[in-house]
Amino acid sequence: MTRTIVGPFNRVEGDLEVRLETGDGVVREARVTTPLYRGFEQILVGRAPADALVIAPRICGICSVSQSMAAVAALRALSGTVAAPNGVLAANIAHAAENIADHLTHFVVFFMPDFARPDYAGAAWHPAAAERFAAETGAASAEILPVRARLLHVMGLIAGKWPHSLAFQPGGTTRALDLGARMRLAGIWRDFRAAFERIVLGVPVEDFLAIETAGALAAYAEAGRADLPHFLRIAAATGCDRLGRGPGPLMSFGAYHGEDGALFAGGLTEPSDGWRPLDPDRIAEDLSHAWMQDGPALHPARGETRPDVDRPEGYSFAKAPRLDGRPVEVGAVARQAVDGQPLIRALLERDGATTVTTRILARMVETARLVLAVEGWVRALDLREAFCAPEAVRYGDGAGEGLVEAARGALGHWIAVRGERIQRYQIVAPTTWNFSPRDAAGRPGPLEQALVGTPVGDQPGRAVAVQHVVRSFDPCMVCTAH
Amino acid sequence: MADRSTLLWLQAGSCGGCTMAVLECGARGWSAELNAVGIDLIWHPSVSLATGAEVIERLERIESGAEPLDILCLEGAVLCGPNGTGRFNRFAGTDRTMLDWVRALAPRAGTVVAVGSCAAFGGIPAGDPDPTDARGLQHTARGPGGVLGTDFRARSGMPVINVSGCAPHPGWIMETLEAVAAGLIGPGDLDALGRPRFFADHLAHHGCSRNEFYEFKASAERPSDRGCMMENLGCKATQAVGDCNQRSWNGGGTCTDGGYACVACTAPGFENIRGFLATPKIAGIPVGLPLDMPKAWFVALAALSKSATPKRVRDNARADRPVVPPGRGPGTR
Repeated sequence: MTRTIVGPFNRVEGDLEVRLETGDGVVREARVTTPLYRGFEQILVGRAPADALVIAPRICGICSVSQSMAAVAALRALSGTVAAPNGVLAANIAHAAENIADHLTHFVVFFMPDFARPDYAGAAWHPAAAERFAAETGAASAEILPVRARLLHVMGLIAGKWPHSLAFQPGGTTRALDLGARMRLAGIWRDFRAAFERIVLGVPVEDFLAIETAGALAAYAEAGRADLPHFLRIAAATGCDRLGRGPGPLMSFGAYHGEDGALFAGGLTEPSDGWRPLDPDRIAEDLSHAWMQDGPALHPARGETRPDVDRPEGYSFAKAPRLDGRPVEVGAVARQAVDGQPLIRALLERDGATTVTTRILARMVETARLVLAVEGWVRALDLREAFCAPEAVRYGDGAGEGLVEAARGALGHWIAVRGERIQRYQIVAPTTWNFSPRDAAGRPGPLEQALVGTPVGDQPGRAVAVQHVVRSFDPCMVCTAH
Repeated sequence: MADRSTLLWLQAGSCGGCTMAVLECGARGWSAELNAVGIDLIWHPSVSLATGAEVIERLERIESGAEPLDILCLEGAVLCGPNGTGRFNRFAGTDRTMLDWVRALAPRAGTVVAVGSCAAFGGIPAGDPDPTDARGLQHTARGPGGVLGTDFRARSGMPVINVSGCAPHPGWIMETLEAVAAGLIGPGDLDALGRPRFFADHLAHHGCSRNEFYEFKASAERPSDRGCMMENLGCKATQAVGDCNQRSWNGGGTCTDGGYACVACTAPGFENIRGFLATPKIAGIPVGLPLDMPKAWFVALAALSKSATPKRVRDNARADRPVVPPGRGPGTR
């Protein structure tokens, strides 16, 4: 057995270190470390409840709208506020824009550059991949980053600015869009759809979403010239469709909540099994291997955050969230699987697990579905009506739970208020689930499991397969321990 | 430009938001933009290929002086806790803290740029009770100092340039880097807190689309009202530096145009405002008045302007859209 520390692990969000035990050319065990702690849950205590709308989004500059939405949902639950329907639609549009920006940035800027590595020189597909996807100089990032910037003009209209907006309030959103703004919004979205279809899918969104079987996907991959079919061909050639297996269960809190429920349903599923309802009361955060003071595994509504860097068993600032005592995988692949998206379900049933390929593919499937959803939300705005409920929001003593989906998966905020001040604020972020350390029973977190069996050759520290597996989760380490 | 500059970008106690902002720069993407202004990116945690040992070796070469470095950007607060050890933020893959790395690398840099209010002053992580002892490079939330100390000067002789903001405007970051690379920024181009004057010589209030409401003290009362947000909704735009409302964000937005208060995110200590969305008052008069306005004058002028407010302005201030259009007739008193 050889021990290797991999880090700094870049092109992920924030600081990540992975410790590998390897033997016979594969990973035997992995331990995942989040080496940064900023203390948001401590900083929030003692403040006025509404100040969470300023502090909590700043956990993360990548998914600040998601953090806002979770804080808003928790404050809405606490105060019993009913949001204006236009505000819900506008917030969903902004949230979708952020999540899509994340998915695209991850695909082109974070994930694909590994295929341009010299490790693959000699492969028939390598010269084209290097030209297209090389870090910094690749043609794909030069095309996608301006598309991302234009997409984020949605934030200028709805959110004032991005990241870190205060437009998302329990009563709705703070800027009532007028007819001109609505037309500008529709124009941004039209531009985005055209760019996404041209650069990433190579086909209209509707045609892409008609692909429902592994066979049809293979035909699409073979015929297509855009970046997603390009990835699928490389993935098949490099074995990414067998790499980084996540046996589940997969969990989603449900995404884009509106008057008719969630666009993507919440729940629980196994790769080879059907949907089950989710009971968020069964969540508990285990502290046994975190750099936290010892304590029982507690539901976040009762949880504590007291760091202890000298904890002997600790190896990460991340706690280990568990559902019914089990680690669960979250993210776009979980969201689409739980919602029953046919292609993602078909691939998971075939493979019996999530893989590097399905995680990447699910983000683009989700983006395609969001293109259609946002078009509907823009149409559904009723410009004669308010965007923010007129009633003053009052926060009495009590508790609130805000469960939303960020790009990377299930995000929960739990707030308790007493005497007009925040008494407890606990956050469980998507990467806290995926990159959690072991729990008291010794069960590894999802990435720790998915890395086992990854081929590393004789240089585990430079193994490109490890890079693929880790990045396939699109981790956000700044969210993880916050 | 004959000479090119090298840039190393590190993240300490950060949310990554400054990087997310700067990625909006450039018609052909940020990498092409850096290249075009003569900056060679040695390493950035979000965009570079190099990982693990390759990176550490490179940083060690810079630390030893074997490889020169022109610009060091730090995003995120430097976490000094617990007990001065810096162990709340270890640089992954090394046994060293980011505090240690920053102190080792900053003296080697031609110019040091703090990107964002965290690296400049401590930012949100320094919020009470400041659980990680978070500080900026050359300032803290409470005053000068920071982890490099008041007397720190980079090789160029410049103090740390503080591109504050949470997150800063992408243009503030990129134009600063470009000016540094071009050798066009000197100590006189910074304000007393080390912020580039091209954005810090303005107030966020300048160019605010609500200025007519401000003039007449026609105030918003609820979120999404169109009136001035200073009197009731906590807006600090008359006290916070930034050309936010002159250049605008994300294709045309700003905080105040977006319908919510300026929280003074470019200022040290903004994180400890209590009640961001409400205006503290004594005897009905806001405590935080415009930076350079005598209180008595403000009170007198406010009373006068309130008495002269046109009906259009008064009614529109308390609505989420214009309810009285400009023009003679219904708009007059």
